[in-house]
Amino acid sequence: MKRTVPLIICSLTGFILIISWFLPAAESWGEKVTHWFDIVAAFAFVLGGANLLKIHLQKISNRRIGWGYSAVTLTAFLVTLLAGLFKINVNPSMNYPAYSWSGNYLDEGGLLWWIYEYLFVPLSATLFAMLAFYITSAAFRAFRAKNIEASILLFTAFLILLGRTYAGSLITSGLPDSLAFLRFENLTIIIMSVFNLAGSRAITIGIALGVVTTSLKLLLAVDRSYLGSD
Amino acid sequence: MKNSSLLWLVIFLLAGGYLIFRTSHGDMGISYVKVTTISPEKSNVQWTQYSKASKKEAGEENVQFSWSRTIGLWVAALSTLAIFSFLYGDNVFYKISESVFIGASAGYAMAVGFWDGIVNLLLRNLTPGLMRESIIPSIPKENHADWFFIIPLILGVAMLARLLPKGGWIARWPLAFFIGATAGFRLVVFFHADFIIQIQSTILPLIVFTDGSFDWQTSLKNITIIIGVLSCLVYFFFSVEHTGIIRPISRLGIWFLMITFGAGFGYTVMGRIALLAARLEFLFSDWLWLIDVE
Amino acid sequence: MFEKLNSLESRWIFLMTFLAVGIPILLQKSLPEKPTPMVMDVFNLVEDLPSGSLILCSFDFDPASAGELQPMAAAFVRHCALKKHKIVFMTLWPVGPPMIQNNINILKKEFPDYQYGEDYVNLGYRTGGEGVIKLITTSLDKMYSEDVNGTSLKKLSLTKDLKHIQGIDLLVNISAGTPGVIEWVQYASTPFNIKTVVGCTGVTAPKNYTYIPKQLAGMLGAIKGAAEYEKASIIQYPQLAENPQAQEGLRRMAPQLVAHLLLIFLIILGNVLHFVGRRKGLSS
Repeated sequence: MKRTVPLIICSLTGFILIISWFLPAAESWGEKVTHWFDIVAAFAFVLGGANLLKIHLQKISNRRIGWGYSAVTLTAFLVTLLAGLFKINVNPSMNYPAYSWSGNYLDEGGLLWWIYEYLFVPLSATLFAMLAFYITSAAFRAFRAKNIEASILLFTAFLILLGRTYAGSLITSGLPDSLAFLRFENLTIIIMSVFNLAGSRAITIGIALGVVTTSLKLLLAVDRSYLGSD
Repeated sequence: MKNSSLLWLVIFLLAGGYLIFRTSHGDMGISYVKVTTISPEKSNVQWTQYSKASKKEAGEENVQFSWSRTIGLWVAALSTLAIFSFLYGDNVFYKISESVFIGASAGYAMAVGFWDGIVNLLLRNLTPGLMRESIIPSIPKENHADWFFIIPLILGVAMLARLLPKGGWIARWPLAFFIGATAGFRLVVFFHADFIIQIQSTILPLIVFTDGSFDWQTSLKNITIIIGVLSCLVYFFFSVEHTGIIRPISRLGIWFLMITFGAGFGYTVMGRIALLAARLEFLFSDWLWLIDVE
Repeated sequence: MFEKLNSLESRWIFLMTFLAVGIPILLQKSLPEKPTPMVMDVFNLVEDLPSGSLILCSFDFDPASAGELQPMAAAFVRHCALKKHKIVFMTLWPVGPPMIQNNINILKKEFPDYQYGEDYVNLGYRTGGEGVIKLITTSLDKMYSEDVNGTSLKKLSLTKDLKHIQGIDLLVNISAGTPGVIEWVQYASTPFNIKTVVGCTGVTAPKNYTYIPKQLAGMLGAIKGAAEYEKASIIQYPQLAENPQAQEGLRRMAPQLVAHLLLIFLIILGNVLHFVGRRKGLSS
């Protein structure tokens, strides 16, 4: 029950989906399984939220280091969740004004919209923007032309950095038309659509083979690691 | 007090004074809204709708100052600065902002999952009558409960059993369903789109003639792509020792990969700088009104 | 001097980066851009479609990548509206609905004649990622019975006869990661030959070249792609030159230039220090 049923569910689900690609008669079964998949994915969001709640409540109750920040996290979590679930300050839909719950939970003016616009957007965007500083610092400290491979990488990066801005066009604008392919902007195109394409394609083929073999191992119950130990 | 601390204190006080001065003169950090009264047809219900207005529209009819959005704008600006403050060193403002971000993200994802997943995909099929009367009035009257949807409901609830101290094994069922479905999806599409079509796309003519004459550029491009893909694949082939003829070919493959990674680095830098530029534009334009991009 | 530079604190590099990006923004200088052939391919594809063609726009990105991708999304939406194409919006990312709304606000403000339900429809978000694409390629109503406002798709003139997405004229995907370009290629463009163009972040752009031209008709990569598309739009529709919001990508190219030059300078400096240090017998 603990191990056999999940193995059967996994194989059955996977093979139904594979067969549905090839047999038109099985297409509706494939659609049904896909529909269920999309629904179960929604429960994953709930599980994620509930897990966060559990971990931070434990941290607060045990008064572990940084429990105050856990309290902040939980407060933000609960306020956002309630704002979304109860559609606080959301107007009804224009087409169904008599139904007070018919409005969209993210409508402009609602509390969830406010949290999204004025908290989520600046925080997430700035956290990613910080990477600009770190990538610059890392380039200064770690990007060294120590051997041929590193030099090729460095030289390519230079060409791309110059070729993707006006500086590249400006520096090589004096080259005659017969040598136009040596202009930075054209070199960038050649690097991307020839050399980069070849490398990326090989990586893509490698990943595809990896995914196909891993999927087969899972569906044939050769790989059971997702079931855990007991 | 250390000299450097004193210097920073003076800088912060000056910056604060500057912000207070400009704000008190209405020169920055203010949000306006356009007010519209909504009166849907065939209904006596009406409400006021507020939408964003630019500072240029400030004097216009129906445009008014908004407290909630002005507070929001300041919260957004101060949150941005709090995150940037980590560049100087770890501090309490950064940690609070980080905690708020984690909490708000999880709460947002859960609310979205509930409305767009559980309600719109599950409950509308399982309890169409109840949904029609409350949240989704557009569900046709002829729609009846589809009891097949009890299966994803059971799987979804079983997934939550993972949080229980005992009985976590039940959560393996939805996990197995999820893994099986993902494997089923991906086995076919990766084999088709990322394997077969990629090989097809690499089978290119080595000698190309365009309008009857030899096209050396395309020929050279095709030859380079084929050599590049093959040499990289040889490098990935770890079952054979990289000696003899394999060694120079795999070395060439590494060089192709280095060019790929170099290009990736250049593009990544470009992306990160663009994100920083967007944040600074928000601070300079929306908050400080130093530039006008509207 | 050597010692000082070798032990340069990160904070100074951060300050230089801040100034390199910040000062050009404050100066508001724009630089000349020339669209590359790849961007022109994408532009011409949208331009050459007959007016009223049906375009599915999937905006699979979040605020964290909006700095790079929103200019692209806006450029596509403006171009589609100028060509009077019909647009169906959707997203595979939970944080995507406001990204769609930002672009609908552009339509409302700059193209007031564009009517909701007739010229464009917002389907919003559904959970499931790749599962959503797989389902809507064969059956749209199983995934989307209503739009974001709760209106039945059968009551909207644009979607009332739309059974699945195989019949659309063009798929436009703006994506910051997974699910995004790869999934649309794997589940929609490859098996059903749906003509697809994409806009993507700098991080993901190099990898996506592998799908061109068989599986993707074209791609805009990073902010440069957006700037070039904006330039191509301005050349074709000169009235856009009067609209600063239609030049967001172009505006960002000046900070981009200075920051790239700074980075190149720092890499060269770092290498010089490294090799001088090695000659002196120091490890950097």
